Amino acid sequence: MSSTALATPRMRPAKKGLGGRVNTLPLVAPSVVLLLVFSLVPLAMTLWFSFRRYNLLNPAIHGFAGIANYKYLLLDPGLYQSLLISVLLVGEVLILTICLGAVLAALFEHPFWGRGVARVLMIAPFFVMPTVSALIWKNLLMHPVNGLIAWICRSLGLPVIDFFGNWPLSSIVIIVAWQWLPFAFLILLTALQSLDESTLEAARLDGAGPISTFFYIQVPHMSRSITVVVMMETIFLLGIFAEIYVTTSGGPGVATTNLTFLIYQRALLAFNVGSASAAGVIAIILANIMAAFLVRTVASRLDV
Amino acid sequence: MSTRARTPVLPGVLAWIAALLMFFPIAWMVLASFKTEVMAIATPPAFIFPPTLENYQEVFERADYLAFALNSVVISVAATVLGLLLAVPAAFAMAFYPTPRTRGTLLWMLSTKMLPPVGVLVPIYLIAKSTDLLDSRTALVIMYTLMNLPIAVWMLFTFFKETPKDIIEASRIDGASVWQAIRVVLLPLVGPGIASTALLSIILCWNEAFWSLNLTAHNAAPLTAFIASFSAPEGLFWAKLSAASTMAIAPILVFGWISQRQLVRGLTFGAVK
Repeated sequence: MSSTALATPRMRPAKKGLGGRVNTLPLVAPSVVLLLVFSLVPLAMTLWFSFRRYNLLNPAIHGFAGIANYKYLLLDPGLYQSLLISVLLVGEVLILTICLGAVLAALFEHPFWGRGVARVLMIAPFFVMPTVSALIWKNLLMHPVNGLIAWICRSLGLPVIDFFGNWPLSSIVIIVAWQWLPFAFLILLTALQSLDESTLEAARLDGAGPISTFFYIQVPHMSRSITVVVMMETIFLLGIFAEIYVTTSGGPGVATTNLTFLIYQRALLAFNVGSASAAGVIAIILANIMAAFLVRTVASRLDV
Repeated sequence: MSTRARTPVLPGVLAWIAALLMFFPIAWMVLASFKTEVMAIATPPAFIFPPTLENYQEVFERADYLAFALNSVVISVAATVLGLLLAVPAAFAMAFYPTPRTRGTLLWMLSTKMLPPVGVLVPIYLIAKSTDLLDSRTALVIMYTLMNLPIAVWMLFTFFKETPKDIIEASRIDGASVWQAIRVVLLPLVGPGIASTALLSIILCWNEAFWSLNLTAHNAAPLTAFIASFSAPEGLFWAKLSAASTMAIAPILVFGWISQRQLVRGLTFGAVK
């Protein structure tokens, strides 16, 4: 409204409208150049190191290693174990968050008493820093002696679950799923809210119940958003680090060492730069496969 | 009218149960922060108890909590301001003056975000080490600025795209100068978009826990790293952990709740609207 004040004509001849030709290079270039340097230089260094003999603990050993780092890495069962852990972690969290997220989005789509507050509570876990959520779950809730879940189990006469002792990976999956369920929920809720009301009305008039409405109308409508959730979560979940760092440190044994944690161990605990870089290259290749799909999906929606 | 009468109660009840379950770990943590250490590990757990503030007091006194909190604030704010200084002009140019290269540039920026941090852990660590930036706020500010730059550009771009260009053209025809048009017409329109981009950036910086754990030791460590130090068995004081955690997440919870609507847009690069 206040912009009408501007309408007082000053009659200065407008040279070029906003749609005119303007040199935008100085506006865009800083971001592009910085991102280019930031992505290319470390990438090139990782590639370079992966072909070098390089251990920070022993500076005497250096030189060209050829494909020795890759050979050593690809013959190491630890690599395949860590890849399996990464895939299990990502896959299980994806299944949990998307199934629960879709059902919850359908529940929150109907108006009910206090919906705004309930939604705020629902998405809160997403804003909790990873180190806090991991430690709170590990100690206050999942601790086999003093934890709340152990007490509930004992009170109900059920056997106590030693979460991190017997089910280390599943415990981490639960924590990570708790953090990421709000993300899936919010995106799927946004998708459902864009569903035309008349479609639902038509389904209801045709006698469809809530279950068949969910599976035959709402889920297909969400399919595109589900793809986006799968891709975004995959990219973030492949990098899960802090939750493992503060709860299990990759153990017991290597039971929770995903690829990210393996590289961290090689690089900053064993100081084997060459081997860590070779593993880093593998991580980059894997992430790029997922990224290619994501970029294509986003591109199809982008109208410039 | 009939649809209203038939609105079922069950979905609402289920939704509330789910919401309370999801929030419970946070509530339980806040509750534990007001217990004594003995009470915090007691079985059966105490639900009703005389609250104490001694954990908050002790965290403040013993653990240099304020130094860590200050690191978090300085790093998040600096990275956000720097990021906006870079992203606003870029997004503005791409939204209002698109060129044949714009589409490619945007998608390329998105693709840089897909680079897994761990893939460049070694070089970044070695660069920081050789430039004496290990355990410095500067290193984290640089990392976070660049890490969030693609998200900020995309988010601002989608906001700027929705701004009607006609209004600005009209104000120009009415005689406003370019700067007047930007200041009086454009800024009030895109201000909310810039604000929510800033909020999202602060949230992401505040909670980042890969670079903060790997590039800092003590001097520049933000709250994420401080909380991680509670994972050592000898440091396991549940009530104090809860108090420190509660303080660490409280401001960000508020920011998150404010920006929840824009969150989807920012984190999906406009693929879901």
